[in-house]
Amino acid sequence: MDHGDYPLELPEGDRPMVRFMNVTKRYGSLTVLDNLCLDVAEGEMVTVIGPSGSGKTTVLRMLMTLETINGGIIYVDGKPLTHMERNGRLVPADERHLRKMRSSIGMCFQHFNLFPHMTALQNCMEGPVQVLGLPKAEARARSEELLEMVGMIEKKDQHPSRLSGGQQQRVAIARALAMRPKVMLFDEVTSALDPEVIGEVTNVIRRLVGEHNLTMLMVTHQMGFARDISDRVCFFYRGKIEEQGPPDQLFGNPQRERTQQFLSAVKEAD
Amino acid sequence: MRFDWQWDFAWEILPRLLAATLNTLLAAGIGYAIAVVLGLVLALAQRTPWKPLTFIVREAVEFIRSTPLVLQIFFVFYVGPQFGIRLSPWTAGMIAIGLHYSAYLSEVYRAGIEAVPKGQWEACRALNMSTRDTYLRIVIPQALPPSVAGMGNYLVGIFKDTPMLSVIGVADVIFLAISLPAAGLVRLFEGFVRRKMGM
Ligand SMILES: Nc1ncnc2c1ncn2[C@@H]1O[C@H](COP(=O)(O)OP(=O)(O)O)[C@@H](O)[C@H]1O
Ligand SMILES: [Mg+2]
Repeated sequence: MDHGDYPLELPEGDRPMVRFMNVTKRYGSLTVLDNLCLDVAEGEMVTVIGPSGSGKTTVLRMLMTLETINGGIIYVDGKPLTHMERNGRLVPADERHLRKMRSSIGMCFQHFNLFPHMTALQNCMEGPVQVLGLPKAEARARSEELLEMVGMIEKKDQHPSRLSGGQQQRVAIARALAMRPKVMLFDEVTSALDPEVIGEVTNVIRRLVGEHNLTMLMVTHQMGFARDISDRVCFFYRGKIEEQGPPDQLFGNPQRERTQQFLSAVKEAD
Repeated sequence: MRFDWQWDFAWEILPRLLAATLNTLLAAGIGYAIAVVLGLVLALAQRTPWKPLTFIVREAVEFIRSTPLVLQIFFVFYVGPQFGIRLSPWTAGMIAIGLHYSAYLSEVYRAGIEAVPKGQWEACRALNMSTRDTYLRIVIPQALPPSVAGMGNYLVGIFKDTPMLSVIGVADVIFLAISLPAAGLVRLFEGFVRRKMGM
């Protein structure tokens, strides 16, 4: 299917917050994602699990427009993300289009990626002031409210180097939320953390579920956490969704052999 | 060799000496200022998505780095007029020095920019920052501190190289010492001059 054949906009009534349509991603000769189709409804929390190298991170990175796609199309809120309209046809998006669309999406990374030369508060205010053009006072109020929410208000004037991993990750979540995204992406946000601080980060994410009508797509290795908070879980295997469903079904009664193998392997590791 | 220090002569030429010293400082300072800014431009120009520009700038930087400064000074001053660019020795000298050192500084910046982790760029993208803000507010502030040592080395280098401007007649302090007719002055500075000139 040529990208010219995809709809310029998704029709009313069939407009998930995120839609991957036949998305293919290749690195050289390696096909990382193969004709991926995935919808995430508004306000839904979808968790992606799967073995290392199965393409989980790549899904998030394409949605964050950190990677370009090789085939298919991604829609956000009904509008094409990876493409734009020109003369009634869809063509690959240019930087201007990406900047417009990217404002709906926020992302937290495994290694936080806070700006080391700025304090926690400055990290949170940077986007609202420089990108959204908010007055400083308003950006500060918004950032402080979010730092309060993630339990980091006392440390707002600290630089990242003075913060623990769990604290840095909570600041990073506040920083992403300060942009008021519609979709939040979490890529293994607890994988780089010491076990005893994982809870402080997962608790923040727990609080987000249900609040703000935020749509979330999360990659995690914490099966218990995924089972607790997800509306739906997708098991990735070699660049495809091998199986997906409500957490109780996928964890309690997996249908596919590969899912069963993966789940029993992680259970053993725990 | 007889060392014949002449106080009256020393006093007599002191004003000229001071003026020449000032010339050296000025030429080096302005040349460096040009290099600091132009070097950054050259470093950033190699990072645009437009590959031909990267290639051209890369080659130009390599060329400047691999030819002697004295040739470049000559070139700007004596060859420039043939293309209708007529510059005073001062302007020509400072442009040549600035250009020469900008090539070196661009390499310092380039290394500094490349040392900024990929995750920082991605965080900027995730926050939807413009390319300009990404550089000015996130990347360059992190790339500069590790570049300071390298920048310092070239500041020293530029002071050492400024006397070369005498080839086009800019009187700096060394030039004055050699060119003043009185042999006494050369003696005044004898050791220094010898070291400097490798005699
Ligand atoms: N920039 C890249 N260049 C080449 N191969 C890559 C790149 N990024 C990821 N890959 C490959 O793509 C595959 C999927 O990667 P990823 O999405 O990070 O997997 P996961 O997050 O599920 O562990 C892996 O085989 C990985 O080696
Ligand atoms: Mg990953």
